[in-house]
Amino acid sequence: MKVNSPLQVYKFLPQTNCAECGEATCMAFASHLIDRSKKVEDCPPILKEGFKKKYLELVTLLAPEIREITIGTGERAKRIGGDDILYRHQLTFFDPTALAYDVWDTMPENELVERVNKIQNFRKFYVGKFLNVDMIAIRCVSGDALKFAATVRKVSEITKLPLVLCSFDPAVLKAGLEVVKDKNPLIYAANEKNWSEVSELALNYKVPVVLFSSDLDKLKSLALTFGEMGIKDIVLDPGTYPQGKQLKETFERFIKLRRSGIKEGQKDIAYPIMAVPLNAWLVYKDTVTASYWETVLASIFTVRYGDIMILHSLEPYAMLPEVHIRDTIYTDPRTPVKVAPGVNEVGSPTKDSPVIVTTNFALTYYTVESDLSSNKINCYLAAVDTDGIGVEAAVAGGQLTAAKIKDTFQKANFEFKDKTSHSTVILPGLAARLQGDVEDVTGLRVMIGPPDSGRIPGWMEKNWPPKPK
Amino acid sequence: MTKKIKLSELGSLLGGDIEALEGVKIEGDVEIDLGQMGMNPQMAYALGHETAQMALHLMNISRILGYPIDQVLGGQQVAAPKKLSKLIESKFSVGKIEEWKTPIQEVVLGATSSDGGSRKSTITLGGEKSLPYYFDSPMPHRNHITMDVFDMPINMAKAVKSNYEDVINSPAEWAKKVVRDFGADMVTIHLISTDPNIKDTSPAQAAKTVEEVLQAVDVPIVIGGSGNPEKDPAVLEKAAEAAEGERCILASASLNLDYARIAEAAKKYNHVVLSWTQLEINAQKELNRKLMKQCGVARENILMDPTTAALGYGLDYAYTNMERIRLAGLSGDTELNFPMSSGTTNAWGAREAWMTASPLKEDSDWGPREYRGPIWEIITGLTLSLAGNDLFMMMHPTAVQVLKEITQTLYGLKETEPLNIDNWITAVV
Repeated sequence: MKVNSPLQVYKFLPQTNCAECGEATCMAFASHLIDRSKKVEDCPPILKEGFKKKYLELVTLLAPEIREITIGTGERAKRIGGDDILYRHQLTFFDPTALAYDVWDTMPENELVERVNKIQNFRKFYVGKFLNVDMIAIRCVSGDALKFAATVRKVSEITKLPLVLCSFDPAVLKAGLEVVKDKNPLIYAANEKNWSEVSELALNYKVPVVLFSSDLDKLKSLALTFGEMGIKDIVLDPGTYPQGKQLKETFERFIKLRRSGIKEGQKDIAYPIMAVPLNAWLVYKDTVTASYWETVLASIFTVRYGDIMILHSLEPYAMLPEVHIRDTIYTDPRTPVKVAPGVNEVGSPTKDSPVIVTTNFALTYYTVESDLSSNKINCYLAAVDTDGIGVEAAVAGGQLTAAKIKDTFQKANFEFKDKTSHSTVILPGLAARLQGDVEDVTGLRVMIGPPDSGRIPGWMEKNWPPKPK
Repeated sequence: MTKKIKLSELGSLLGGDIEALEGVKIEGDVEIDLGQMGMNPQMAYALGHETAQMALHLMNISRILGYPIDQVLGGQQVAAPKKLSKLIESKFSVGKIEEWKTPIQEVVLGATSSDGGSRKSTITLGGEKSLPYYFDSPMPHRNHITMDVFDMPINMAKAVKSNYEDVINSPAEWAKKVVRDFGADMVTIHLISTDPNIKDTSPAQAAKTVEEVLQAVDVPIVIGGSGNPEKDPAVLEKAAEAAEGERCILASASLNLDYARIAEAAKKYNHVVLSWTQLEINAQKELNRKLMKQCGVARENILMDPTTAALGYGLDYAYTNMERIRLAGLSGDTELNFPMSSGTTNAWGAREAWMTASPLKEDSDWGPREYRGPIWEIITGLTLSLAGNDLFMMMHPTAVQVLKEITQTLYGLKETEPLNIDNWITAVV
């Protein structure tokens, strides 16, 4: 974006402090536009006739440096690109890397269906939500347009995930596009040879298109040419080489492309970037080795500027780290990492329910909370204010102490005598060394839980209710 | 005063059917949907392109009417799609980062006999002038890996433990094994038995263990305490004395213990101090400053551990904290431009690394944990290597091999036969 202070944005707003956007003042709204937590369209007055000029100017000024494009339609449509920064602490990265997993047109139908379902049903619970993957990339291996079209049809019948149609043969792409022309698939790819025909497809079907060349001069040439022809929904594939010097050069191309777009404002090449970690399979045939290396490549290009990637391995040990590293890099560093300290009810606790202590680090808290609730354990869960630090580090660093624990229950007006029949508190296994202190300071019976909350159900079976003294 | 007319009336002014203008759609009164266009209209006009001529007329009229066409169009881009017969020639270029003027401090680990130690060779960390593996400036030294050895049997994930069962009772044999069989560049001896809550081993006994390890291997070593802030200064002092002149890393000085004693031990016996803080860039600055100004530790004897959190368990903080520290250092903050070390082994704390299956029924199958653990350690380390981490403290042999392979590839040490990827789409995998 071309502006960086709320004051610059404020000049374009109605300045009436009407609060229709939900903010008390136009200045407050302006700061939300700068941090991109609100859109200009959230301001009803500016959309009215008299402000049209300012509205349009503001939209131009606020447009992200890297073009944001949409793939697919409906609820599962995915936006990619849209970034304004090179390092996440500067703001946050937008539009998480889209993870597309491949299928191919020579698969038997039952295997195809099974694979698509595995991709679209993948989910991993994490901090109050499920991590998922985003797209299906259909590779034309047969070279047969009809066969490809049939595969595209089958896949589109069983999934709403956006599709990437992969072939360098324009006739094959066209056959696929005919099947899903109303679903806004991404087509892969135009190169130096086929660019003319592929550009026609992109124009005629109005779909986003990938440009492929590992030579940045040629890639820019393609981007300029497509831009000139009026095609702007472009994704750049600068070639993902899986090993050796070629991989080092691949890494450098990603850095160069993104730097040119964001730091130098080279608009004509400021498009989302695609990585193809699948290429690990071109050199490693063993499933575990190839999956490991593919995950390594996926991680590098999640950290450094890949906006969409094509992957092959559906092994859990590949997909789990892939969705987690994507979440790691795209988590908004501006959102609080803590939950409010206090004593919360999980399920419907009674006087015989356990009272469990953890920290107010959001990740720790939600992990413990989900382990308890998903296992239907009714209890009280105390979030001690450790400045958002996890249990082990907080014990070592002195943020989780007996005094802090006592304080948490006091502030919440939680009287063990009234609320429980057992006057017992359960500490995390990683805080075992606080046992004596907590007994002294609170006068409660202190039990030591397991070091990981995932083991609370097993622990409960053995240890709860506590035996009378 | 300009006369107000509706844009939809422009059609008659132009004498043509503007709705049919490809790429330019007029909706309602003033909304211009530019669709997908980008050609410079002046150029298109000069070329005599008919639709472009019309677009230009339209634009001029709009401008006369006071419509902010230039802002809308981001200057002056409007044209109908145009088929080109050949690619527009172009050269890509991008500059280097000017702000990176301050190199990261070089720190030498280990000392050979000519320098008063007994190591076979030394390891140098630091010296970077750009983010790792960037083209701006080649990285002067590759990443290194130090593998964990403990002075007593400890709880380990099953996948890790199976590699060490034969040496678990002998730190010296354990150290030999990681160097000989697993290619460790260095060894970390963790003196955890010294914790009063564990075995309360005496500092003298701990120092003996350090001597054994130094005799067993000839690589530089890291001496780690138990993490007990009351006991660690005494343990590290004694261990530092036993390892005099070897330029070991003393792990760690932190703000919640008597860091001055550890600094003093490092100065007196020629070691490097590991300056450890918890995910807080300002605390890291403060501790480094205290070590330098208050304790008089020389710059070439400071290494930082800004804390490693596992993938899925705070790696976002660890990553960004390290990246900020490295960027600040390169940009001239001389309280932060030191090499960094990561306790990558922390990755094994993630339940995804060691648990047999997900505790949540709603999750997709997690698959065998034997494969999850090492990749968790690899991705945790790899991510931090991209943020600027230099030294990795690790545990699983496979994780060590893979992290070595990828960091040395990005560093430029790995040669392979060139591969053609142009036909990846049709690959049978």
